[in-house]
Amino acid sequence: MPGGVAGEIERLGELTLEVPRDRLLDVARHLAGPPLAFAMLSDLTCADYPEAPERFRLAYQLYSIESGARVRLRVWAGPDPEVDSVSSVWPTANWHEREVYDMFGVRFRGHPDLTRILMPIDWEGHPLRRDYPLGGEEVEFSDAR
Amino acid sequence: MPASDPDATAVFAGERREALEAARREERPLTETERAIAESEAYTPEEAAARTREAAEAPERPGVRHPMVINLGPQHPSTHGVLRLVTELDGEVIRDLHPVIGYLHTGIEKQCENKTYWQGITLVTRMDYLAPFFNIHAYTMAAERLLELEIPPRAAYLRVLMSELNRIASHLVWLGTSGLELGAITVFFYCYRERDAALDLFEMISGERMNHRYFQVGGCADDMPRGFESKCREFVRSMPSRIDEYEELLSHNPIWLERTKGIGILPPEELIGLGVTGPPLRAAGVDLDLRKAQPYSGYEHFDFQVPLGTVGDAYDRYAVRVREMRESVRIMEQALDGMPEGPHIVDDRKIVLPPRSELALSMEALIHHFKLVTEGFRVPEGEAYCAVESPRGELGCYLVADGGPKPYRCHVRDPSFVNLQALRPLARGALLADLITIIGSLDNVMGGVDR
Repeated sequence: MPGGVAGEIERLGELTLEVPRDRLLDVARHLAGPPLAFAMLSDLTCADYPEAPERFRLAYQLYSIESGARVRLRVWAGPDPEVDSVSSVWPTANWHEREVYDMFGVRFRGHPDLTRILMPIDWEGHPLRRDYPLGGEEVEFSDAR
Repeated sequence: MPASDPDATAVFAGERREALEAARREERPLTETERAIAESEAYTPEEAAARTREAAEAPERPGVRHPMVINLGPQHPSTHGVLRLVTELDGEVIRDLHPVIGYLHTGIEKQCENKTYWQGITLVTRMDYLAPFFNIHAYTMAAERLLELEIPPRAAYLRVLMSELNRIASHLVWLGTSGLELGAITVFFYCYRERDAALDLFEMISGERMNHRYFQVGGCADDMPRGFESKCREFVRSMPSRIDEYEELLSHNPIWLERTKGIGILPPEELIGLGVTGPPLRAAGVDLDLRKAQPYSGYEHFDFQVPLGTVGDAYDRYAVRVREMRESVRIMEQALDGMPEGPHIVDDRKIVLPPRSELALSMEALIHHFKLVTEGFRVPEGEAYCAVESPRGELGCYLVADGGPKPYRCHVRDPSFVNLQALRPLARGALLADLITIIGSLDNVMGGVDR
C-alpha cells in the first residue's frame, strides 16, 4: 500500500492498520480490490476519546471471503470530525456511517444520505459521545425527608 | 383519518416540521430519507390521493403519475416488530422504499459503557431477543479474548449445544410467522409447539425462557441439571420427523411455491457489497458460514454441512433455513455424545464467581465473591472484534477496554441491522404483496436492528 498506512499493530491475533484520514479512500479501494479482496465490510463503528487531540477513533472491520482474513482499519476523525465516506467502496457502509453520524456526530464526506438513523430525525446531540449524560429520571421519595 | 379533522392534519404535519427543523439547524438541504419522511407525514391519505390524481391530470406532463406515498408500519403485523417503511407506490408496484428504524432503540450500547462486564451480559442478551445465546456468545468471546482466557472444553461444548438449540428455536419462530403471513396458519401452530419444547430446555438449564445469561465470561453459568440430557436427547430424536411435517405442509404447497419462488433476488456480488450474511447470502450460493470459515468454540470438531441455495429467492432462503435446522439437530446430537468431562467454567477467582458451597466455609471465597459482585473484574486495555454465526448471519461484538471494570466501548454488529439494508434494492419494482414475503424471508428482528 503506497504510503497509505501509518502504522501496523498486531495484538490478540487481530491486525489493525492505522490510516491517516486523508488516505482512507485510497486504502479502502486498494484493500477491497484484487488481490487482497476484502469485499466485505463487516462493521464500522467509533469510540470517543474526549481528552485525545483527535478525539473520534473509527474502526472498520474488514473481512475477505476468499482468504478468510480479517483486518481492522483505525482512523482518527479529528476534533471537527469529518472523514471520507467509504459507501462508494462498500455500499453496506451507508447505514453504518449513518449510525456513527447519529451517535457520535462524525460527518462523512460524499455520503449519499447522511440522516439520523436510530434517534428521531430532529434529535439534538449525539448520545454515544462520552460527555452526553446517561440520563434517567431521578426517583423522588415523598417520605424521605 | 378523515381529512376534515384539523387535529389529525396537524399531527401529520408534525414530522415534516421536524425534518425541516433538523436541516435548518445544521444549515443543509433535506437528505433523501428526511424528504421521504416529511413527504409521508405531510398529507392525510385523502390529500395524498387527491395529489396523485392532480399530478396525473396535469397538462404539462400528461400521463406521468405521481407516486402514492404510503406508510407501512411502524405498527404492522407483518413487519416483525416496529419497522416503518415509507413506500412510494405506483399502483401496486413499489417504486421506492425507505426503511425508518429506531422505534425500539433502547441505548444498550450506552448502558453497557456504564455497567461492569458481567452486568453487560444481561443487557446484550436483550438485543436480538430471538437469539439471546448468540448475543452473549459474541460478547463473552470478545471479553475472553481481551482477558486471554481459554474456556474449558466442556463449556465450549455446552455453548455449541445451546447455540444450536437456539438456532432451531429462532428458525421455528421465523418459519411459523412467515408461514402465517402468507396464509399458512397450521405451520405456525406446529412450529410453536416445538419452540415451546426448546424454551423448556432453556428454562431447565438457565432458569429463564428468554433473555438468559447462561454464558459467562470464562464458560457457562452452570452445568447441565439432572434430567436435562435425556430431555435434550428426546428433542433431538423427535425433531427430524417434526421438520418433515413442516416440509410436507410447505415444500410442495402450490400457494407457498407461488408466493416465494422468484421473489426478492439480488446477485451475490451485490449482497456481499451490502454486507448481507447468513441464510440470505447462502441462499444465493455464497458459502460463508463463520462456523466453518473461522471456527470458534470448538466447531471444527463437529461434522455438519452448510446448506446453500442456487437462485437466492425467498424459497431458497426458506429451504436453506429448514436444512440448517436439520444440521443443527445433528450438531446437537454430536455435542451430547461427545460432551467432555470436566469443569463448566474456568477456575479463576479473579474473574469467575466462586462456587456457592465455598462461601460458607472460605473467607477468601467470600472476599472474591464480594469484590466481583460490587466491583467486577478488570479487563486489560485493548480492543477485540469477535463474531459468531447467528441464525441471521454474522453477529459481531467490538469491545474496547481501558483497563477498568467497565467496557470503554461496546458495539454489536447485528446481522438484522445490516441485512435490512438490502430490503430497498430487493423491493424496488416488486409488488406490494411480495414485500411481505421479502421482509419475512430476510428474518429481521427489530430488537437487534435498533439495539
